[in-house]
Order: sequence, then C-alpha cells, then structure tokens
Amino acid sequence: MEYYLSLFVRAVFIENMALAFFLGMCTFIAVSKKIQAAIGLGIAVVVVLTITVPVNNLIYNYLLADGALAWAGFPDLDLSFLGLLSYIGVIAAIVQILEMFLDKYVPALYNALGVFLPLITVNCAILGSSLFMVERDYNFSESLVFGAGSGVGFALAITALAGIREKLKYSDVPQGLQGLGITFIIVGLMSLGFMSFGGIDL
Amino acid sequence: MSELKKTLTDPIFNNNPIGLQILGICSALAVTSSLSVSLVMCIALTSVVAFSNLFISLIRSTIPNNIRIIVQMIIIASLVIVVDQVLKAVAYEISKQLSVFVGLIITNCIVMGRAEAFAMKNPPFESFVDGLGNGLGYSVVLLTVGFIRELFGAGTLFGIEVLPLVTEGGWYNPNGLLLLPPSAFFIIGLLIWALRAWKTEQVEEPEFKLAAHQVAREGA
Repeated sequence: MEYYLSLFVRAVFIENMALAFFLGMCTFIAVSKKIQAAIGLGIAVVVVLTITVPVNNLIYNYLLADGALAWAGFPDLDLSFLGLLSYIGVIAAIVQILEMFLDKYVPALYNALGVFLPLITVNCAILGSSLFMVERDYNFSESLVFGAGSGVGFALAITALAGIREKLKYSDVPQGLQGLGITFIIVGLMSLGFMSFGGIDL
Repeated sequence: MSELKKTLTDPIFNNNPIGLQILGICSALAVTSSLSVSLVMCIALTSVVAFSNLFISLIRSTIPNNIRIIVQMIIIASLVIVVDQVLKAVAYEISKQLSVFVGLIITNCIVMGRAEAFAMKNPPFESFVDGLGNGLGYSVVLLTVGFIRELFGAGTLFGIEVLPLVTEGGWYNPNGLLLLPPSAFFIIGLLIWALRAWKTEQVEEPEFKLAAHQVAREGA
C-alpha cells in the first residue's frame, strides 16, 4: 500500500507530466485562460488517463511484448514495434467511447467537458504516460496508480496556471511579452516551484 | 516559384509554429539540454512533417471527411515508427536519450496541425514544401534553445569543450540551472519576446489595459 502511495505522490508532484516532462504543453497553454475551463479539462484528463494507461498496459503485456503471444502459440513473436500505433489507436477509441457514454448517461459532465474531450486524443500527456508505463515496466496495478497520479498532477498544474493567469490581467506586462511570452515565464517559475518536491521519498 | 519559396520560408520567422501558433512545444522543451539530441529531434520531426504532409495530400480527395483524423493519425504513426526504428538502428545512444519523445512526435501538434490546415487542401508538392518549412521553423527555435542551454549549462557544443570549466582547471563556472527543465521555459519566453520586438505585428493585443494614472487635484 505504501509503495502505491509513494508512486502516486511521485506521479503527482515530483514527476509532474506538465511541469517536469513538458507533456501536454499545447493544451496546457491554450486552455489555461479561465479556471472553469482548466478544471473541466483537468477532470477529463484524469478520467482518460486512469482508463487508457492500464488498458495499454494489458495490451502491451498480453499482445505486443517479446514472447507475449505465447498463449496463442507464437512464443518467438515480438510485436513491440507496433506499440505506438496500438497505443494511439486505443486512446482514440477510448476517448470516442467515453464521449458517447457521457453523452448518453451523464449529459451534465458531457456538457461541462465540451470540446476538450476529443482534443484529449492529441494531448501528449496521455500518450506520454502510456510510453513511460512501457519504458518503466509497470505491472497492471502500478500502471493504474501511475495513470491516475499523472492525471491528477496535470489537473493540478493546469488549474494553478489558470489561477495565476486570471490574476495576470491586473499587471502591466511589457508589450512584446504580452500573452504567450509571459505565460512561458510563469510556467518556468511554477516548474521551479515543483522541482522543490524533488528528492522527497515517502 | 516565389509562391513556393514563401511557403518554405514563411514558417521560419513570420509564422513560426512555436513562437506564434503555439504548436509542438512539448518536445521543444524536453530534448534541448544538449545540442546533438536537439539536432536529431529536428531532423526526425522535419522528415515526419514533410512526408506526412506529402502522403496525406496525395490521398486527400479519397479520405472520407468524418474519419479523416484517424486516417491522418495512422499515416503519422506509421511514419514515426519508421523514424523510431531507423534511429534505433543508426544512432542507438541518442535514441536512448530521446526516450519517449520520438514516439511523442505522433501527438506533436505541428504534424497534425499542418496535415489538417494545409495538406488537406493543397497539392502534394506544395504540401511537402510546407512541411519542410514548418520543420525548419521548429528547428530554428529548438537549435537556438539547445545552443544556449548546452553552451552556458555545460560549456560544450555537440559535446566538444568550448568554455573550459572551473572543475577541469578552466575559468568558466557553468550555470547548472540551464540543464534543468525550467530554464527551457525562460529561454523560449525570452526568445518570443525577442522575435516580437523584431516583428512587431506579432504582438498580442492586451486583453485589459490599465487606466492611466490620474492625480486628483486639490480643490478641483
């Protein structure tokens, strides 16, 4: 239990998807103008990551990894080069299913998420987590915790950035830094802040 | 001809994918701590954008509109797999350093963005050139950031010593911050500032203006 807790905390703070690995930056910067939108996107990312990372883990371990197809009679088959194609396919499919499911059964959440749900397919944080999961050789339960943790980390970071950007309108930014430039510098400062979590070991 | 040249050179400064369109920033930040890794990343991305634009443009009139995203994804993912396998065969050390970021070219918004915005509407050759141009625009930013980070963070360029370090009997005391992730944000932020000071038409309108300071006069 403690091990999973430490994995979770590490995924949220120390190895934060957005601020330590720069994944999902495009959406991170584009959707952080309003807190409401940022929270909606954050929730969507948490949900999608918690589902896709474990599913991709199963696919990798039972279909793609070296010798994984032994149960089907192909002990020497190594399909891991098909990984990228399968992960992105799984992510696109799950986002689509989730969208239809929410539309039918939880319309309130569906409306709240709006356009962000389909956008998640091309969010690097989602694909990145699956790739990290493969690279670090997580098992099923570890990948579940890791997926949820990185989702929460991303949601936390984007909400915090949106909060800062809403306050930013009261400040007098130099002309050329207006908009994108100042946002980068803020994200840099936030990233420095998150780095202070480094080295914490539970 | 001049039209083609414009397609090629426009994305480098006038319509830079990173500086103006906010596309493909993820990898721009993560791989730039050393110049040789950034260079490999630039080549990988430029070839993927150019060829995905070419192939998508070739079949653009046969793709059914409602499944076009999936078709584009499959083309891009296949190209990235090719690049990934080539890198593993030719430059294994560097492919280890790039780790997941080669795979993440799939979700790099530049590739998707150009496929959707340009290749779906233009003939193959123009699309190929547009892909090259956007790849170059990305490379310019990436190489500049990589240059600054490696030179001042480690005193080397492409791994060759340029500024002799204090630890090895030289005079340069390296700035360790530049090797850490946050520095990339600062450098890109400042680069955008520089770019916009030069090309003033790219400056964003402020959403809110502070009212001019007024001093209340006594007795008025």
